[in-house]
Amino acid sequence: MLDLGQFTQANVSYITGVGHRLYSEDILHTLDSVFGRGDPEKTQTDPVLMRSFLGQILDLPPDSLDAILVWDVLEHLTRPLLAAVLDRIHTVLRPHGALLACFHAELKDRQVQTYSFRIVDSRTLVLHPREVRRTALSFNNRAIERLFEKFSSVKFFLTRDHIREIIVRK
Amino acid sequence: MWNRRKDEDINPRLTPQPPSSASLAREGIPMNTLPPRTNESESARATIGKSVIAKGQLFSREDLYIDGEIEGSVEMQEHKLTVGPNGKLLASVKAREIVILGTIHGNVEATDKIEIRKDAKLVGDLKTARIVIEDGAYFKGSIDISRVEAPKKQMAPAPQPAPVVSATAAAASEVKR
Repeated sequence: MLDLGQFTQANVSYITGVGHRLYSEDILHTLDSVFGRGDPEKTQTDPVLMRSFLGQILDLPPDSLDAILVWDVLEHLTRPLLAAVLDRIHTVLRPHGALLACFHAELKDRQVQTYSFRIVDSRTLVLHPREVRRTALSFNNRAIERLFEKFSSVKFFLTRDHIREIIVRK
Repeated sequence: MWNRRKDEDINPRLTPQPPSSASLAREGIPMNTLPPRTNESESARATIGKSVIAKGQLFSREDLYIDGEIEGSVEMQEHKLTVGPNGKLLASVKAREIVILGTIHGNVEATDKIEIRKDAKLVGDLKTARIVIEDGAYFKGSIDISRVEAPKKQMAPAPQPAPVVSATAAAASEVKR
């Protein structure tokens, strides 16, 4: 499994405890280290930086992962980066593999609370506040469906705090 | 006839004892000129300071604290490695226990435990029996939690039986005499 969120004891303990091998890669950390903090529409425009970012992430063999925990990462990527990242995700995920992604409900000013998603057990997820960030894009349900049109199925779940959980299968 | 004395007066001191801090304080010697106290755990381990840069294979048979830069490999199967906050390892690491406060780029293997502290940065694959992660630590790579067996100590080769000398050979040697 690949966890694209913050590296935490909870997720490592749970995922390895159920017998999976875990890959960890904090995409938001890499995003900040390459582009800096600020409005993504202004910072994620330099082609050189975009190539640098894409060169640092998801460098795994094709069809090597059973599942990917994307969490809320996709909201913070502008369209060119989002398309490239989704393409990579599709490549590294095995056939019938699954991914879990979270999207906030549409907000006018796009300022959202980001979280460190911590798995406690098979029924409990703790959202630990990280920082407030401006999202790159806003998604309604139709936009999310179009985002994953290369995948075979998309299921929506609405949680508290107006966060939509999406489970997608390749 | 003889006055009774305490043992310390009878047994001569072969080496002069350093003055105690209390006695020095009474004589007006500032405390900061005294050598710093070290914890027992620090004195039991080797240290590579932050100004040291080394390349190559590093083997250790005692606990090690690295606060400098190492490129290559670090191997210390039965001991504890601590990478200090200024430590930068571009190396593969094998130890019994590994505590990371600085940076490691390389694969890390611990037979017992890996501890990744806040502000530590680790890029590479981890293999260990236990892992402890503080919030704020950065990691990129894979984690394999499994019992890593320490390498078995090489046994001394079993003594070979003495070669059997055939009766005819023995008889031939006697004839030659």
